[in-house]
Amino acid sequence: MKVSMVVDGVRYSDDVEPRTLLVHYLREQVGKTGTVVGCDTSNCGACTVHLDGRSVKSCSVLAVQADGHEVDTIEGLASDGVLHPMQQAFHENHALQCGYCTPGMIMQSIDLLKENPHPTEQEVREGLEGNLCRCTGYQNIVKAVLSVAEASSS
Amino acid sequence: MTTTADRRSAEIGAPRTRKEDRHLLTGRTRWTANITLPGMLHLAMVRSTVAHARITGIDTSAAKRAPGVAGVFTGTEIADAQGASLPCVWPVTPDQVAPPHPAMAVETVNFLGEIVACVAARSATEARDAAELVDVEYGELPVVTDLAVAAADQEVIHPDLGTNRSAHWVFDSAAAGTGGDVDSAISAARESGVVVERTYRQQRVIPAFMEPRSVAVDPTGEQTTVWSSTQIPHILKLILAMTTGLPESKLRVVAPDVGGGFGGKLEVTPEEMITLVVAGRLGKPCAYAETRSESLMGAHHGRDQIQKLTLAATRDGTVTAFKVELTANMGAYLGLTTPGIPILGAFMYNAIYKFPAYRFTCDNVFTNTVWTDAYRGAGRPEATFAIERMMDELAAELDLEPLALREKNWIRHEEFPFTTVAGMEYDSGNYEAATAKARDLFGYDDLRAEQAKRRADGDPVQLGIGISTYTEMCGLAPSRVLGALSFGSGGWEHASIRMLPTGKVEVVAGVSPHGQGHETSWSQIVADRLGVPFEDVEILHGDTGVSARGLDTYGSRTLVVGGIAVVKAIDKVIEKARPIAAHLLEADPDDLEFANGTFTVKGTGKGKHISELALAVFLAHDLPDGVEASLDAEATFDPANFSFPHGTHLCAVEVDTETGRTTIRRYVAVDDCGVVVNPMLVDGQVHGGLAQGISQALFEEALYDENGTLVTGSFVDYLLPSAADLPSYLTDRTETPATSNPLGVKGVGEAGTIAATPCVVNAIVDAVRHLGVDDVPMPCTPQRVWAAIDQARERSAARPSGGAQ
Repeated sequence: MKVSMVVDGVRYSDDVEPRTLLVHYLREQVGKTGTVVGCDTSNCGACTVHLDGRSVKSCSVLAVQADGHEVDTIEGLASDGVLHPMQQAFHENHALQCGYCTPGMIMQSIDLLKENPHPTEQEVREGLEGNLCRCTGYQNIVKAVLSVAEASSS
Repeated sequence: MTTTADRRSAEIGAPRTRKEDRHLLTGRTRWTANITLPGMLHLAMVRSTVAHARITGIDTSAAKRAPGVAGVFTGTEIADAQGASLPCVWPVTPDQVAPPHPAMAVETVNFLGEIVACVAARSATEARDAAELVDVEYGELPVVTDLAVAAADQEVIHPDLGTNRSAHWVFDSAAAGTGGDVDSAISAARESGVVVERTYRQQRVIPAFMEPRSVAVDPTGEQTTVWSSTQIPHILKLILAMTTGLPESKLRVVAPDVGGGFGGKLEVTPEEMITLVVAGRLGKPCAYAETRSESLMGAHHGRDQIQKLTLAATRDGTVTAFKVELTANMGAYLGLTTPGIPILGAFMYNAIYKFPAYRFTCDNVFTNTVWTDAYRGAGRPEATFAIERMMDELAAELDLEPLALREKNWIRHEEFPFTTVAGMEYDSGNYEAATAKARDLFGYDDLRAEQAKRRADGDPVQLGIGISTYTEMCGLAPSRVLGALSFGSGGWEHASIRMLPTGKVEVVAGVSPHGQGHETSWSQIVADRLGVPFEDVEILHGDTGVSARGLDTYGSRTLVVGGIAVVKAIDKVIEKARPIAAHLLEADPDDLEFANGTFTVKGTGKGKHISELALAVFLAHDLPDGVEASLDAEATFDPANFSFPHGTHLCAVEVDTETGRTTIRRYVAVDDCGVVVNPMLVDGQVHGGLAQGISQALFEEALYDENGTLVTGSFVDYLLPSAADLPSYLTDRTETPATSNPLGVKGVGEAGTIAATPCVVNAIVDAVRHLGVDDVPMPCTPQRVWAAIDQARERSAARPSGGAQ
């Protein structure tokens, strides 16, 4: 089937098998290997991207469902070499270790603050429930998200 | 050139943000599964659907005809190429028995998920579709998954062995001359003291690194390159060569970005071997990336031990003996270090205490489950759990304050260095300081008062306080000790320094980090010692083509062994530079001082920075006679001792006695890992370690049913905690420098995991002990906590007098 979508600001038109998941389309056909696969049950959130500005797990969306839509991945976040504030906050707060969950975690964190710009710590924890990390114990991830929320309110 | 004046005065101890972050934050990553090469084929594994069977037939004809399929291979077809067995490098006893462990099963399968065939196709999708068409016939055999049942040998899994018992390993302090006789001390305590006997279960858990394992092999060209999501590229290279007969020099192994390991990628895997063999057979690059379900069922698990414990003491709480009888589940085969994992705990059951007598026995037993092997802490979490739980039980038995009981038995600050009953020499420690700090941060006395009030009020939500005053041995390891333990490798580490003409410095490391932040912390060490800017240091690692020698990353060894190799190499660079500096400064080498990267002639302002010397050496226009035109140096460091970090962790939990639900209210971790190179990275290691330790206490368990099916075979059923499941941690440190290395550093990668599990379980038991509960099996789910309370109430009601405590 033919799909056409804008990924990180660039339009792509491709043939895909109907069963192709968005994450596989992004990685294998568009070359967006910054978005990764961590599980096969939609539990880990490593593959989280933005579809029309809202976070989705790209393993639970078919490529054909994204036809005609806009997809943003971790690779499109920084502009002109300047990190997005969430990327910067993850760096400054040591919110990543191995970095495998990081793309999904950042994409989800951005969406979390979009929905709730001034969350409590508990709201951040609950908002990230669908994204698993095995390295950080989440402490510094939560801290990073709160720091971005705080910076935007001051 | 950057001058040394603007360099930070103290790199060691600075909370530098990580230099390895940027590519991870922006998705410019090099995970093994990202690698694509021209003509690359993708592999899919066919895995056994039964836990124990003879393979009676495999029909691959339909798979071979499927679109895009380049080859289908069975164990029989690649038996010669894959070698007789994947290696186990740790035969713990001379009479240890083990079955061969072929990468791909040849005649029998012994756990569910074992690889029986492999399809290579143009795409991963085509390979998986074709794998579905492979028809395997099994002659099913009896399945044994229960450790106690297997140990009884009623059904023998590997008939050629005649038993399920792989090895029996003993440490006895009387025999070793490190302490007294355990049995006589226990007998004496039965007469006039107290004896506490418990059996604990260390449930099976799964390392569950976030990046599933993947491997890519390029057999084109004269040298074959293997990329793997591994902790151990050097060991992998050596063992692939030794097992297949390929010349070691014809292999290059690369660990690119690696997404976590926690011991789970300390393995030479069937998947790596099969991909190497199939790529060689087809002459095309081949790649394999496991699914999460495959990872959970086919990658090794951790823990899974039964601990029968006997602790003897006098009535005043002085421990007189500790006896540990361990049964450890090996799974179906022995992995790289499987049999040694419980043995690593053998030296730690006595923990921080001055026990006069100690005996440890371990039976390693086979079952029809995936094999166990290293998982964060590897043997030491189990040991720490046992002793820290038992110290609480002893305190309860004698009605003593549990911290006071520990203090009565622990090694006092002024007694270091101290040789323990297990024969280890602890170089340094200060348990008093760490405990005092933790008590203070925790608000120990206030929480005890609140606990008393809630008990008095009969509050349905009870408060419990858990204690874990742990130590551990890490920094693996002195080679001679590994030799004495029959480990098939040394424990040294290697580093080399390349001084580039532009003043930049390349450090080639033999260790292979995968999230720990060594590029940052090592750059700090180099900047501090060599006097070059932090930004000018590049750490190269994880590629045997670049890093010739190394023993890789595990066992909290990277800083305390590998970091010291870097220090030694830096010192050699400085000494090589000295005569050159003297020549250029027209001074006597003995008149030079080296500080902040500059050789200065004593009493003058004249000096040369090390980067100027690097350029002078590159040009080689004006060197002293007989001096080689290189400042580069390398060093191999073999530690004289292990590293013994320690600390005091305190945990407060609220247990709802009506629902069994546990909520962590406060967790304080005061760790002493000696001198800290980067406190931010140390905190990060502790946070992650705590999460894994807490998670073993509360959430995680790998469960097999009676047919050998892993019922926790996806993240739907295997509970990996999310941010919403875990608390915020309060971490702090005391600093007692190690005396065994020039930096004074100790390992910290596993400490959190080692300390946390007993801390949480102690807290839960403490919350409900007054109801008659003295144990809750892990993971302490609401159902189990509730059942423990309910059973205690029933026992209490069944007593004739009623209401007795």
